Amino acid sequence: MAGGLDLAEGFAGRGDDVYEALIRGHEGLTDEESAAMNARLVLILANQVRDPEAVIAAIRLARETARAG
Amino acid sequence: MGSYAAPRYEYVIPPELRGSPGARRPVVVVGAGPVGLAAAIDLAIHGIPCLVLDDNDTVSVGSRAICWAKRTLEIFDRLGVGDRMVAKGVTWQRGRVHRGDEEIYSFDLLPEGGHKMPAFINLQQYYVEEYLVERARDFPDLLELRWRNEVTGVSARGDGVVLEVATPDGSYRIEADWVLAADGANSALRRMLGLPFEGQAFEERFLIADVRMRAPFPNERLFWFRPSFHPGQSALLHRQPDDVFRIDFQLGPEADPVLERQPQRVIPRVRAVVGESTPFELEWCSVYAFRCARLERFVHGRVVFVGDSAHVVSPFGARGGNGGIQDVDNLCWKLARVVQGRAPESLVATYDGERRHGADENILNSSRTTSFMTPKTKVEHLFRDAVLDLAPRAAFARALVNAGRLSRPCTLAGHVLQTPDAAPWDGPAPGTVCPDAPILDEAGRPGWLLNRLGGDFALLVFAEDAAELAAMAARASCLGPPLVAIAPRSLQAPEGIVVLADPDGLARVRYAAEPGTTYLIRPDQHVAARFKSFDPGGIALALERAGGGVRPVRAAA
Ligand SMILES: Cc1cc2nc3c(=O)[nH]c(=O)nc-3n(C[C@H](O)[C@H](O)[C@H](O)COP(=O)(O)OP(=O)(O)OC[C@H]3O[C@@H](n4cnc5c(N)ncnc54)[C@H](O)[C@@H]3O)c2cc1C
Repeated sequence: MAGGLDLAEGFAGRGDDVYEALIRGHEGLTDEESAAMNARLVLILANQVRDPEAVIAAIRLARETARAG
Repeated sequence: MGSYAAPRYEYVIPPELRGSPGARRPVVVVGAGPVGLAAAIDLAIHGIPCLVLDDNDTVSVGSRAICWAKRTLEIFDRLGVGDRMVAKGVTWQRGRVHRGDEEIYSFDLLPEGGHKMPAFINLQQYYVEEYLVERARDFPDLLELRWRNEVTGVSARGDGVVLEVATPDGSYRIEADWVLAADGANSALRRMLGLPFEGQAFEERFLIADVRMRAPFPNERLFWFRPSFHPGQSALLHRQPDDVFRIDFQLGPEADPVLERQPQRVIPRVRAVVGESTPFELEWCSVYAFRCARLERFVHGRVVFVGDSAHVVSPFGARGGNGGIQDVDNLCWKLARVVQGRAPESLVATYDGERRHGADENILNSSRTTSFMTPKTKVEHLFRDAVLDLAPRAAFARALVNAGRLSRPCTLAGHVLQTPDAAPWDGPAPGTVCPDAPILDEAGRPGWLLNRLGGDFALLVFAEDAAELAAMAARASCLGPPLVAIAPRSLQAPEGIVVLADPDGLARVRYAAEPGTTYLIRPDQHVAARFKSFDPGGIALALERAGGGVRPVRAAA
């Protein structure tokens, strides 16, 4: 756990299936469309989590690891 | 080539070209690569005469397969060459994955002991082929190898096949009941039969360098995403025998294959990995592009495709050669029974279903790895880099890092030969490869369970007391397959029953066994059916099903 976040593997061993579905889901989209799809996906999953604290902690971790350098 | 002197196998004028008419053969194998050779040996062990034709007169040279997986080694062991391969090979089980120059995680492919074979060995394909050729010579009455005999024509004739064969002394024809097409990724038989070979080609190019040096790299699979020595791309390093190392460098889709394999281009790349102070020699360098493809069906009348002729994968995951050896394991006992008239031809058709499933799993895994390594679109790059950047801090992201999903046997559950469990329980379910375990044999000597299974059907039973075992043995005697019993050492063995002890209790644990638990094991060491308690009626039905739908003939007493 990191600030209410559960970072353990939660794909029930099917991580590669999920990753492929994610990549396939973007197939044929322009960069703008992909960005739009990602924003929607984030919102849908943020809701699915049912835990606002975890979502806020996830946003923090995502931002920290996304900064260049 | 520095470290290895390739054998030359002698071409002999075939009898057909010296005036003696060639007899029709039960099985002709086209191609003496690892797959064709393994098939011929397996068939010979089953007592089936077999002729192997190869267009060349030596082993495979250059950078080809090096990683041989545990299941393949178990099959090689059944064929009588496993120990030799392991003795020469570099044994490994750990892989390390780096992002930049930092390790983000490592994985252990065989965290438990009590298995005869290691998770993997690295052994150059030329050694594998050389050892198989030598093993093939142990069957002089059954197995004939003909070098520089190139198959140039194939046609179906009634219930057989006619092959056209070209040699340095001219051409001849030969008839066979069955032909195994083991003629590799560019299969001539596939082309001559006009069979489409469809799949996905990857544009990315890879430099594969085999380098001889004394260097302290561990006996592990080392993988890097964007290392400082090869900026922006990935790299993979493996140790092989004879102080040879395999280094794969991703080059991007634009790379010029001719230019990139020039020593003056390759040497600085290798130098960047190994450092200034380590002298090295280049053994082989090639630039490859990979594809994943398979035939729609592997059985075409009496021509059966095995190995690369049936399916090809990109090499990340070592699923090509390993998948081909598993084809052999699956096919040969079936073909032997059909040739011997002990099973209907439809048994061979089950090879098609079972191994297409295996090929699909291999193709899926190796194409996913290749895609992860070589993101094509901007969004693929974004996700890939997000996974890598999160990996040091988040376990879930490490699970998504795909630097190779290494060869594992597929399950044959749900295919027709297997009898599903009545209710699920632990241990190897029908369709699973039998787990190994240490045993003590009849004389109290240490050995391995897998060495006591396979080749033919067997009933693996677990017993605690002599009376119970004697009762099972009596009821099993009319079923056909021999009984292999796991029982306490003190137990007095009934006559004619192999009784093995389970010194560490691992067999019981791995098979989730209680007294009376019975596994019906296929000749390729897969579970066909299992029973919590000894059930002769159920076993008889499962055996009939696993043998291709024929009632086993009761041996005359
Ligand atoms: C760079 C690289 C790395 C690899 N690494 C691995 C690895 O680590 N692990 C792994 O499992 N696999 C690996 N592979 C894949 C592996 O090399 C192949 O899957 C394997 O060689 C397939 O064996 P085969 O017997 O089916 O075909 P081949 O090895 O191609 O043998 C086919 C044989 O048929 C003969 N032949 C062809 N046409 C005819 C004809 N018309 N008449 C008579 N004979 C003919 C050829 O001369 C040859 O001897 C790798 C491949 C490459 C390229």
